[in-house]
Parts: sequence; C-alpha cells; structure tokens
Amino acid sequence: MEHVAIADQIDELHDPDTFITKYIWSQDHKVIAIQYGLTAIFVGLVALALSGLMRLQLGFPDTFDFIDPSSYLQFVTMHGMIMVIYLLTALLLGGFGNYLIPLMIGARDMVFPYLNMLSYWTYLLAVIVLLASFFVPGGPTGAGWTLYPPQAILAGTPGYDWGIILMLASLAIFIVAFTMGGLNYVTTVLQARTRGMTLMRMPLTIWGIFTATVLGLLAFPALLVSAIMMMLDKLLGTSFFMPAIVSLGETLDHSGGSPVLFQHLFWFFGHPEVYIVALPAFGMVSDVLATHARKNIFGYRMMVWAIVAIGGLSFVVWAHHMYVSAMNPAFGFFFATTTLIIAIPTAIKVYNWVLTLWRGNIHLTVPMLFAIGFIFTFTHGGLTGLFLGNVVIDLPLSDTYFVVAHFHMVMGVSPVMVLFAAIYHWYPLMTGKMLHTGLGKIHFWFTFLGTYAIYLPMHYLGFLGVPRRYFAMGSTDFIPESAQSLNASITVSALIVGASQLIFIFNIFWSLRNGEKAGHNPWQATSLEWQTPNVPPKHGNWGPTLPQVHRWAYDYSVPGVEADFIPQNVSTDEVAATADETPGAQI
Amino acid sequence: MNPFKTLAEKPWLAQPAGMPQGMGPDANTAGTIALRFFIAVVSVLFFLFTITFLARSQYPDFQALAGQPWQPFSDPSRLWFNTALLGLSSLMIQLGLNASRKQHMNGTIVAVTAAAFFAVLFLLAQLDLWQHLQAMGFFVSGNPANSYFYLLTAVHGVHLIGGLVALSNVVFRVWYDGQLTALSGPLKLCTTYWHFLLLVWLLLFGLLTSTPDTINALAALCGF
Repeated sequence: MEHVAIADQIDELHDPDTFITKYIWSQDHKVIAIQYGLTAIFVGLVALALSGLMRLQLGFPDTFDFIDPSSYLQFVTMHGMIMVIYLLTALLLGGFGNYLIPLMIGARDMVFPYLNMLSYWTYLLAVIVLLASFFVPGGPTGAGWTLYPPQAILAGTPGYDWGIILMLASLAIFIVAFTMGGLNYVTTVLQARTRGMTLMRMPLTIWGIFTATVLGLLAFPALLVSAIMMMLDKLLGTSFFMPAIVSLGETLDHSGGSPVLFQHLFWFFGHPEVYIVALPAFGMVSDVLATHARKNIFGYRMMVWAIVAIGGLSFVVWAHHMYVSAMNPAFGFFFATTTLIIAIPTAIKVYNWVLTLWRGNIHLTVPMLFAIGFIFTFTHGGLTGLFLGNVVIDLPLSDTYFVVAHFHMVMGVSPVMVLFAAIYHWYPLMTGKMLHTGLGKIHFWFTFLGTYAIYLPMHYLGFLGVPRRYFAMGSTDFIPESAQSLNASITVSALIVGASQLIFIFNIFWSLRNGEKAGHNPWQATSLEWQTPNVPPKHGNWGPTLPQVHRWAYDYSVPGVEADFIPQNVSTDEVAATADETPGAQI
Repeated sequence: MNPFKTLAEKPWLAQPAGMPQGMGPDANTAGTIALRFFIAVVSVLFFLFTITFLARSQYPDFQALAGQPWQPFSDPSRLWFNTALLGLSSLMIQLGLNASRKQHMNGTIVAVTAAAFFAVLFLLAQLDLWQHLQAMGFFVSGNPANSYFYLLTAVHGVHLIGGLVALSNVVFRVWYDGQLTALSGPLKLCTTYWHFLLLVWLLLFGLLTSTPDTINALAALCGF
C-alpha cells in the first residue's frame, strides 16, 4: 500500500508504454472508467432487448411462439437485475465515479490504481458469469429480480437448477468488485484532494458519488449474506430460508427456515441500492444544471445536507417493500413514517434544482434537455412513491403495474436521463470531440416523450389491478378489453424508444471520428476536470504540477466579473486583475 | 475534522487571501482509511450474519450447540485451543510490528513468519474441528445451528486467508526491495486486521457456544 500515485511527483507514475498496459491491463482511472462504461452499456443493451421481448408478449399475446411463460419470467428477471446492478450501479460508480473523482478533486489517479484495475476485471467476470446463465441447461433464473425463496430454488421456477446458482455467484463476485472499487473511491475523496479543495468546495457530483459509495459498502454485504445463505440452502440442503415444503408432490428435506428473513436481508440491501443509483445522479444533474443555466446551484449547503440525510435515512425504510409479507403490522407504521420523512430532503433537492433554473441564463443544450427531463420524470416518480409509501394505499396497488410504473419513473428512467445528460456533457472531455447536437436532440425527444407514452398508461393499468410479472392475463373478469389495447400501445412506444437508442449509439461512434473538436472547456464550466492541460486528459491528468483550488465549483455569473464563470483554480488576485471597479464585486 | 463544522462552511463566500485551506495528498494515511472502511464492511457482514442467527434461533427446530451435555460445545476445550492459536498469531504479528519499528530485521522476520504459521495452524485446526463435528454426526444441514457454525467459521476463515495473502504480498515486496523501513506501514495495517479478526472470532466463539437461554435472551433484546 506504500506506493501511491497521488504524490505531486510526476515520475511516481509508471507511464504505460505498450498497447496492453495502456488500454487493457490499465491502471489509469480514465481507461478503467471507460472499460466499466462500455461493459455496462453493453449489458444494458442486452437488458433493453430483453424488455423489448417482454413487451412483445404483453402487447401481442399468442403471437410469438418463441416466448413461453418460462422464458418470459427469465426475461423479466434478467432485465431487472442487469439494469439495477450491472448497468446503473456499474456505470454510475464504476464508470462516472472512476472518471470524475480524481479529475474533479484534482488528483492524478485513484489512491490504489492496482486495486482499481482489479475491480474492473472482477466486475467483468461477474458479467460473464451472469451472461453464461443464458447458455446453461434450463437457462437463467426466472425468479424475479428479488429472487425470493422458496420459489427461487425450487422446481417449477425456470432456471432453478443452474441459473440461480450462476446468478448468486455472479452477485457475490460483483460485490467483491464493488468493494474494491468503493474502498478506492472513498479513500481517494478523503485523502487525495488537491490543495484548497475542502470537502465543502467539492462539486455535488463528488458528494453524490461519495455518499452513494459509502451506502454501497454498507448495504452490499446484506446481499452477499443472503446470496451465500441461499446458495447453501440450494447446494448443501441447509434451511436458512427454506421452510418445510412439499414441492411437486414430494416432501423436501428442508424445515423451519424463514423466507421473510431473506426478504428483510434483500431489502436491507435493496432500498439503499435505490439511493446508490440515485445519489450520483442527483449530484451529476446538479452540476449539469448549474453549468448550463450559468448560475450557481441554489442552496449548495442544503444540497449536501440533503444527500447525507437521504443516505442515512435510506437504511431505515427497507420494509416498505414488504407491507404484504405478513410482517408485524406495527412495523408498517414505522416504515411508512420513515419513508415519508425521506421525501423531505428529496423535495428540497427538487426545489433547489428548479430554483437553480429560475432566472438562470438557460442554454438548452442536449445535456441540459436531459437534465430538465430528469426533473420531470423524477418528480413524477417521486410523487407516486408517496402513494406507495402508505400502507393502506400500497396494499391494493402492491404487485400491480402501478408499482412497475413508479419504480421505472423514479429509479429507471430518471437515472438514465442523468446518465444521458452526463454522457453528452462529459463526452467532449473524454474524447476531445463534441457529440452531434441534432442527433442528440432527436434522441432526447424520442426518449423523453416515449418514457411518458410507456409509463403513464401503466399507472392506469395498475389502478385496474393488472398484476405485474404475469405472462398473460387469461380470462380475468376485472380487466377490461381496453387494457389490452393500452398494452399494445405501450409495446409500440417501448419498441420505438428502444430503437431510438440506436441514434445515441450511432452518435457516440460517429462523433468519435467526425465530431466537432471540443477544445478546452467547451461548456465554460468552473469545475476542475475541465481545467486539465490536455483534452482528453493524459495519464497523470495535470502535467507537472497539481492545480490549486481557490473557490467552490459554482462561481457562475459572479457580479462585477466580466466572464460569466470563474474556474475553481483561478485565484482572487487573477480575477481582480480582470474585474472592473464595481463596488461590492464578489470575487 | 469535525463533520458538523465542515458541513456548516459557507464555500460561496469569498475566502480571505492566503487561506486556501484543505489538504495535500498524503500517502501514509490512505491505507489506514481504506482499512477502516474495509473493517466497517466486514463488521456489517458479520453483524448481519449474527442478526439472522438470532432471528433463526427463535424457530422451534433450532438446537444450540451448547447447553446439554451431549452437545459438542458444552465442553468447548477444542475451541479454546483454536482460539489460543489465533491469539498467538495476533501476538506474533504485533511483536513483528514492534521489531520492524525498531529496525530489527531478524526479529521482524521471525515474528511475522510465526504469525503466519499460527494463522495457518488455526485454519487447519478449524478444519479438524469440522471433521470432528461431522464424525459426531453434526452435519451442515442437520440443524440450523450446525449450518451457522460451518458458515460462520468458513466466512471467518476466508477473511483470514485474505489477510495471509495480503501479508505475504507485503513480505515479498520487502524481500525484493530489501528495505525494512518500507515494511512497518503496511505491516501495521496487517496487524490491525489481525487483531480485528481475533475480535470477530472471539465474538463468534461466544455466540456459537451460547446456551439456548443466552441465545433467547439476546434474541429478545433484538426484538425477535
């Protein structure tokens, strides 16, 4: 642990000189970030294709022979798990966390570059193990992404034999990878900040990533514990979670275990997971909004406090996912209360985003469009969360499409909107080229309007009582024929939105070669990552000397200063030299 | 660093000249911070195992491994022997750290080797204990208490093996560099981890050899 690449001596860094050390076994945080990002986007596309297949079945039942009830459940499960863990967590923390932390805090690299490299390759192994389950006898698990026992490991559930074992193994490997990366992120933020970069001068992106990483380090062990114990139930016949049970007419050896115990463990991980995904998104969207509205973020301190408060509260709300699990009803009251309390810091954040826009000099660039889109989708998903947080409203809506609509709006679409905003915003830094604006705007409108075309009708389906995870409705009296037409329209919208993502993928590759040159700091942003001597930044990021920070990251449109932004590494004296003589100029 | 004071700062106000406070990079404490977070992660892991143990213990089929004369840990002398091995390992690594700080090359090598030796011995003794239990008919799936015994000792053992890998990495690096001064920093981290694993083991020892009454009392305290 002695050798670290953060010291202010450029020769401390072993410059990679071969193709392999530069792009494959690289210890450079930027290369690792891109490796993480590309892998995550690849599995994300797999999960997107799976959702398309699910929608085909739901929109046009009895049409596609290759989708049977088993494969439908497998699509549902793999779609959910890949999106939540292998795409969102990996892309937000492994991808953007890796890329932005050292650059935004003025470090040369992560504190433990070797561990960082190991983290990516372990993550890749987890992805390979997961995808391998498509090719084993019985296929991947179809237990639903929550993997509830006893059904997850019993005959009758698709992939109960090999699929579930590979899923649990893959999750365990992912957690090892995340822990290696996570230790790096928190230590780097705490230990490798450049001179002048106090905690309260960090951009909100770093606050979000930092807090989310701490949440991840404390929450993922719960998933590991449940995965290990379920694996033993499956492989060694223990009865941690398995009650005495008769399966397909046969009495099994298990006895006395508690399936609800698994649910508690799973959601003790599962709810913080929502914020592991949301907090980095909150942070990044704050920075995108401030930069493109040319205005300081409204209530910076309150934003930091809200991030920390949400992080803390996220550990005491988990059982609101379990109102129908027959747990003690008194728990329901407690968890409903904590759930509604968490709406307060969240609402503060939403107000502050809107107030940042108020009277700002708004530039409707593509990243800004996605950031504003996020405010819509997140508010929408957040409000339905207030419904579901209440026990009496949750009971009839539980396991209906209302829940599907809610969590897709709040933790599916919203973080993805921020991810798009972030990619359009930071792509010029990563590649030195701008993404094509026209294609970006088309991509935005298809995605944003398509989101509403997909998820808004799902709320109505939920009110009708249409259950989630069903392969087909069968002859159900309470579901009218019109629900089926709605399902067909949702499917058409989903396929269009899915296909429109190809515009984005095309834009990424096309702009790499043909994009307009970005130059230094194309968005005229204040934060440190845009102040590197080279674009894209070279190995070591900062050339011979580390930058020195003199101010917070939000000095936009400062009164009395000619330029409408002052980068963090510009000192008061340098600003005064260019400022006019206006009394009260706040520099 | 006072977190409340930090969170109360007003970064948007102009800072007085000559006051770009904050910290430069500091390599020596990075390892310590990372280790603290890692210890927190592992603590959460064992804490959650313990909580599920207590919850599961309240189901009627749970038969604790101590209490009645025929239960294996009513006489925990084998466990005490294993505990002594791990304790010796912890003691030795501490002596090695002290020796490395005083630049005693031979003392360091002997003590660290002894620490690794006793750690390996502890693992072998744990494996032997597993065989002993199996020979007595206490199989992993026989009873949830048995399952937890195998599970918790295995997870603890895996963490000790991880520690041995880290320790050997440190030792080999010193071997190649030939500088003892570079050893004491990483060795201090290993020592802290060793003591932590000893503490975890003592807690697990206490839990796994508790009588049903003690377990029920603990479970009641947790609300199960």
